[in-house]
Amino acid sequence: MSNILEVKQVVKQYGDYTALNEVSLTVPKGSIYGLLGPNGAGKTSLIRIINQITMPDSGAIILDGEPLNPSHVHAIGYMPEERGLYKTMKVGEQCLYLAQLKGLSKAEAKKELDYWFDRLEIQGWWNKKIQELSKGMAQKIQFVVTVLHKPKLLILDEPFSGFDPVNANLIKDEIIELNRQGTSIIFSTHRMESVEEMCNYIALIHKSNKLIEGKLSDVKKQYRTNNYEVGILTNNVEGLMYDLSQKFTLSPTDFKSLNDELKLEINLGNATPNELLNTLVQRGQVTHFMEKIPSVNDIFIKTVTQ
Amino acid sequence: MSKLALIIKREFVAKVRNKSFIVMTFLSPLLFVAIGVFVGYLSTMKADQKTIAIHDESGLFVNEFKSDEEYKYLDLSKVDTKTLKDSIISEHYEGLLFIPKLTPTDSLPTKIEYVSNDSPSVMFVEDLESVINNKLTTENYHKAGLDVKAIDKAQSNISINLTKASGETALKGLNEIKIAIGGAFGYLIMMFIVIYGNMVMRSVIEEKVSRIIEVIISSVKPFQLMMGKIIGTSLAGILQFMIWAILGLTAMFVLSSIFGIQIGATSGVNAEAVQTAQQEMGGSMALYVKEIWNLPIGTILISFIFYFIGGYFLYSSFYASIGAAVDNETDSQQFLLPIIMPLILGVYIGFFTVINDPHGTVATVFSMIPLTSPIVMMMRIPFGVPLWQIAVSLVLLFATFLLVVWFAAKIYRVGILMYGKKPTWKELYKWSKY
Repeated sequence: MSNILEVKQVVKQYGDYTALNEVSLTVPKGSIYGLLGPNGAGKTSLIRIINQITMPDSGAIILDGEPLNPSHVHAIGYMPEERGLYKTMKVGEQCLYLAQLKGLSKAEAKKELDYWFDRLEIQGWWNKKIQELSKGMAQKIQFVVTVLHKPKLLILDEPFSGFDPVNANLIKDEIIELNRQGTSIIFSTHRMESVEEMCNYIALIHKSNKLIEGKLSDVKKQYRTNNYEVGILTNNVEGLMYDLSQKFTLSPTDFKSLNDELKLEINLGNATPNELLNTLVQRGQVTHFMEKIPSVNDIFIKTVTQ
Repeated sequence: MSKLALIIKREFVAKVRNKSFIVMTFLSPLLFVAIGVFVGYLSTMKADQKTIAIHDESGLFVNEFKSDEEYKYLDLSKVDTKTLKDSIISEHYEGLLFIPKLTPTDSLPTKIEYVSNDSPSVMFVEDLESVINNKLTTENYHKAGLDVKAIDKAQSNISINLTKASGETALKGLNEIKIAIGGAFGYLIMMFIVIYGNMVMRSVIEEKVSRIIEVIISSVKPFQLMMGKIIGTSLAGILQFMIWAILGLTAMFVLSSIFGIQIGATSGVNAEAVQTAQQEMGGSMALYVKEIWNLPIGTILISFIFYFIGGYFLYSSFYASIGAAVDNETDSQQFLLPIIMPLILGVYIGFFTVINDPHGTVATVFSMIPLTSPIVMMMRIPFGVPLWQIAVSLVLLFATFLLVVWFAAKIYRVGILMYGKKPTWKELYKWSKY
C-alpha cells in the first residue's frame, strides 16, 4: 500500500522556539490517521506546513508521491480548529467562492454544493448570511466547504467541537463514508474516544518531537502490559490468593458485572494465559477473563507524563 | 477565473454591497452641499450692532467716524470719562475711544486710548487708527500749508503687469489657480489613501477576527489575498469617486442652468451695467481660461493616474500589514500615526512651500521622496516640471512600492496567524525574517 503523505525530517523554528524538531510521519493511503498531542505540541504547525500556509525550515513533504507544490492545495481539504466564515456573506455565494479558490469551476462547485446541501438537508440556507446561523449550523457549512472539492487528503482539526451529539454523529458518518470512498483522513483531536473508534493509525507529537507512530493495533501491542482482568466465584479465597501469588502479581480491580465475584487484575509475568486459567479453574467458577488492552487515552497520558 | 481575479471580485462586491458604502456614496455629496449651504447662510448673517462711545476733547475727529451696520459711533464728548468708563463696565457700551486735547498735536499718536471689557479685534483697531491717521495727516498738511487736493492727485496707485519671457501676458492669481488644481489632485490622492487604506485594514482585521483567514490561505497565497484585497477595495473606491464625479457634474449643470435664468431675469433692472461688467469680466476670464488650457493638462492627468496607483498601493500595503499585525482596530493606532504623518507633511509642503517656490530645493526633494511624492509632485506639475523629474520620481515610487509590498507581505503572512498579542515594532521586524 502506498502512502498519501510522507513527512520527512521536518524542522520549523519561530525565532528561538522550535515548533517541530525533525518530525517524520507516514500516512498510508486510505487510512484514518489520528494526530495526537497535548496543546502546543506542534500539531498545528505541522498541519499548516502540510497546507503550505507556512514553509518548513528544512525537511520534505511528499504528497501522493510528489514533493509538495502549490497545485496540491486542490488535493487537500483543511478544516482548522478555529472555524471561520465571512459573517456577512451569504452561505451559497461563500461556498461557491471558497470552492472556486480550491480550483473548482463555478458549475462544478454548484453541482457539488447541491449534492451536499441535499445530503445534509440544508437546502434552505443558500441565501442566509452566516451571522444568521447558529454555531452548529455554521459548522455544517464549514464541513461542506472543506470536502466540496473532493480532496484526496482531508485534514480535520478537532472536527467535532461545536456539534451537538446528533450532528457530531452525522458528521462522523460522513467522514467514514468519505474514507470508504478512498479519501485519506488526518484527524487532529483531543477526544480519545473518537480516535479509538475511528482511527486505524496514530501518531503522538509531544514537545515538538514525534514519540509514537504506527498502526493503532501495533501501538497497542507495544504498550500491552500482559495484565488480565479476572472474575471468579470461589469459596476458598485464601487458597486461591495463595496459589495465584506464587506465580503472578496481583492487584485489586473493578469492572461491571452481575455476579458478586472476586475481581482481580493479574500480571502474567512470563506465564501464558492458559497457565493462569488452569490455576483459576481449579479453585472456582471463572466468570470473567479478559486481557487489559491499553486505551489510547492511557497511552497518551503515559507517554506525555513520562 | 484566476484566484487573484476571484479575490478581487469578492472584495469589490463585498465593499459595494455594504450598506455603509451605499449610504456614503449617495449621502456624503448631500452632506457636502448641506454644509456649503449652511456656511453660506452663516456668512450672510449680520452680527449685532455694537455701540462705541467717543470722547473727543479736541473735537477734531468725532465726525470722521461713520456708523455702519457693525458699529454705531456716539459722540459723548460732553460726558465725563469717569461716567463713561463706568458705563463700559456695566456693558452699556461696547467700548470707549478717548482722544485728549493736545496742542500741538505732535504727541497725540501715543495718547489715544480705547477702553473696553473684551479685547477688540485687530481689524477694528486698525480701522480706528486709519480714521484718526487720515484726519491727522490732512490736518498736518493744512498746517504745513500744503495743497491737500494736489497731494491727493499726486498719489499714484500702481499695479505691475506680469509678462512671461515668451511674450505672453501672465495673469495675477494664476499661481493660486495652479496650486488649486494641483492641490485638488494631491488632496484627492491623500483622501483616497486614508479612506480606502483604512478600508483595506478593516477588511484584513475582519478576516482575522472571523478566523476565515486560515481557510482562505490554505487555498491561496497570502500575497495573492493581500493584493486582491487592495485592488478590489480600490476598484470600489474608484467606482464611488466616479459616482461622485457624475453627481457633481450633473449638479453643476443643473445649477448653472438655473443660475443662467436668474441672471437673465435681473438683467432687466440694470441691463447696461451688467453688460459692461460682463464684458470686462469676460475679457479677463477668457485670458484665464486660455491660461488654464495652457497648463500641461495631459501631463497632469497621466501623472495623476500613475501617482494615484503608486501612492495608493504603497500606502495600502502598509495598511494591510498593520491590519494583519493587530487583532482589533483600537490596537492599530500606534502603527497608523507614522503612516499618516508623511501624508500630512506632503499636503503642508504642497500648500506652503510649493506655492512660494514650486521648483525650490524643498519642493523638489519632497516630490522625489516616494512617501510624499504623489501629493507634492501633483501640486508641482501645474507649474511645469521637467519630464525627467517626473520620471525619476515615478521610478522611485514604484520601486519603493515593490519593496514595501514584499516587506508588507511578509508581515502579513505571519501576522494573520498571530492572535492574542499586541505586537511591537521590534516584533514586526522579527516577523519579516520568519
